[in-house]
Amino acid sequence: MRDHITTLTDIALPSLVLNSPLMDNSDLDRLLSVGVDAHCRERSGSFVQVDHQVLHAGAAEPGLEVLSTPEALKRYDWLKDYWWQIVPAGKDEFTKYAQDHTHNGYFIRALPGAKINYPLQACLYLAREGLTQCVHNIVIVEEGAELNIITGCASGTKAKSGAHIGISEFYVRKGAKLNFTMIHSWAEDVEVRPRTGTVVEEGGTFISNYICTHPVRLLQMYPVSYLRGEGAVARYQSILVAPPGSKMDVGSRVVLDAPATKSEIITRTVTTGGKIISRGHPVGQVPGVKAHLECRGLMLAPQGLIHAIPELEARAEGVELSHEAAVGKIAHEEIEYLMARGLSEEDAVSTIVRGFLNVDIPGLPPALRDEIDRAVSATREQGA
Amino acid sequence: MLVLENFNVTLDGKHILHNINLTIKAGETHVLFGPNGHGKSTLLNAIMGLPRYRVSGRCCFKGQDITSLSVDERARLGIGLMFQRPPTIRGLSLRNILKICARNDIDIDTLASQLKLRTFLERDVNDGFSGGELKRSELLQLLTQQPDLALIDEPESGVDLENIGLIGSALNLLLEKEKPRYQGSDCQLKHSRHKAGLIITHTGHILNFVEADVGHVLYEGRLACTGHPREILAFIQQKGYSECVRCLV
Repeated sequence: MRDHITTLTDIALPSLVLNSPLMDNSDLDRLLSVGVDAHCRERSGSFVQVDHQVLHAGAAEPGLEVLSTPEALKRYDWLKDYWWQIVPAGKDEFTKYAQDHTHNGYFIRALPGAKINYPLQACLYLAREGLTQCVHNIVIVEEGAELNIITGCASGTKAKSGAHIGISEFYVRKGAKLNFTMIHSWAEDVEVRPRTGTVVEEGGTFISNYICTHPVRLLQMYPVSYLRGEGAVARYQSILVAPPGSKMDVGSRVVLDAPATKSEIITRTVTTGGKIISRGHPVGQVPGVKAHLECRGLMLAPQGLIHAIPELEARAEGVELSHEAAVGKIAHEEIEYLMARGLSEEDAVSTIVRGFLNVDIPGLPPALRDEIDRAVSATREQGA
Repeated sequence: MLVLENFNVTLDGKHILHNINLTIKAGETHVLFGPNGHGKSTLLNAIMGLPRYRVSGRCCFKGQDITSLSVDERARLGIGLMFQRPPTIRGLSLRNILKICARNDIDIDTLASQLKLRTFLERDVNDGFSGGELKRSELLQLLTQQPDLALIDEPESGVDLENIGLIGSALNLLLEKEKPRYQGSDCQLKHSRHKAGLIITHTGHILNFVEADVGHVLYEGRLACTGHPREILAFIQQKGYSECVRCLV
């Protein structure tokens, strides 16, 4: 098994990417913008897929496996028991389509007790114009293991239109921890439909961070976590910025199905002219579970739409579910307050938007901090 | 430093302040007495230039007509306002707003410790602060901003007895009370007090901690009385506001 795991010390993504006929320098820049470190520094492993083809899959830390899913299915007979188990194949027309049209995707597994130091990076990239990319990903964090994954999904400068359907099934075992950060950077005419399901066992923690600040024709996803073991935790944090012409329909659902499970769903949305539907839906199935939903939206343009649809569903006595939602424009009191401290009106607005989007995401690469800053500057131009 | 001439203010179509004439010289501290709802905060907010306050007449600061300047322009010229109800700004820490305020290299941590706000530095500004904490946070911001004219809105309200002395010493620092007032001789000029202040006080309690030079009573939108602050306060305490302004109406 060991011999299949490539070490990353001598792998530099630029050569891999640039050797691919599909990619050029501008594609490399796009990869960097979604958090991919080209030299794999401070990364425990990398997975790069361009269109249908896997360019690279390898782990650099012991206790970690990174493979393409077809290869993993060949290697592990048991993996078929994980396949289409959390996301049902017949869920909708897109999962049905993906059943017959899937090319690759990643298989990532942290072995029992492995505490993986550095984040693992995975990138699914759409390079060819008009392509529909279908991937099926499996992540397994075995008992007591800890893993931090940063995935960047992006389309290249040549792919103005296309589609991405990503099936992802995550298994967080007893006492394990998965911190999953996904950054999307698509194009004006790309349609994106991730289908993600997570099962968290006893004492496990799943943290999902999602950031999309770029134009996309349609982004539609409603990932769901099933907290099946006592004390399991799921936390979703999403940042959405919709420029004119974009539509984002994004939610998070958590089914609290065991005693003492907890969940928090936090969403920050900003429109500079695009449409955002922001959903959230914790379902309390057993007594005493707790969940909180927080959805805040900022309208920075006269046109555009933010439609917050929070749902709370309690199915047992003593379930504690709460939500707070607030959608509006920036309060003039806040702008005047900062102006009284010496900031111009424009800088005051930027400072407030930056603070608004300042959800604390641990391990967020500096490039992404820059990306959020870039989005703030862009909202300033678009919102003006 | 500040000259108001025939200063009128309307708020949401309501005429609040009528023909205010007021001069505050460099180094002077003025206090503004008056019942609630008679325009004290409106006067401060209008001097700061908050846009909801429509103004006619003239407002001059350091010899320049600032009537048409925006809030940030006034702030950069050296006017600072202690807000009565400061808003919470999510995701912006107290430390970061202090960096925005800071004119010079200022040791934020030391100043924050003096105002017992060290542990608040990483919290979102004003988020969940108690009444007294809000006052200290506002003063801390002004101390980093170092305005030449400080507009102070009810510094003692909501502050417990234990912390009122702290507010007092922060105000004394802000208003350079350790320096002597300018008495006319040139050699004193550069060592004398320069900073000016206009302090709203409803109870007058703050006068036990901060020396003031001139007192005014603002009654029904008019400056009704001007004089020695302690004498005015003593009179109000004895006879009430309506009696106090009888001589002028």
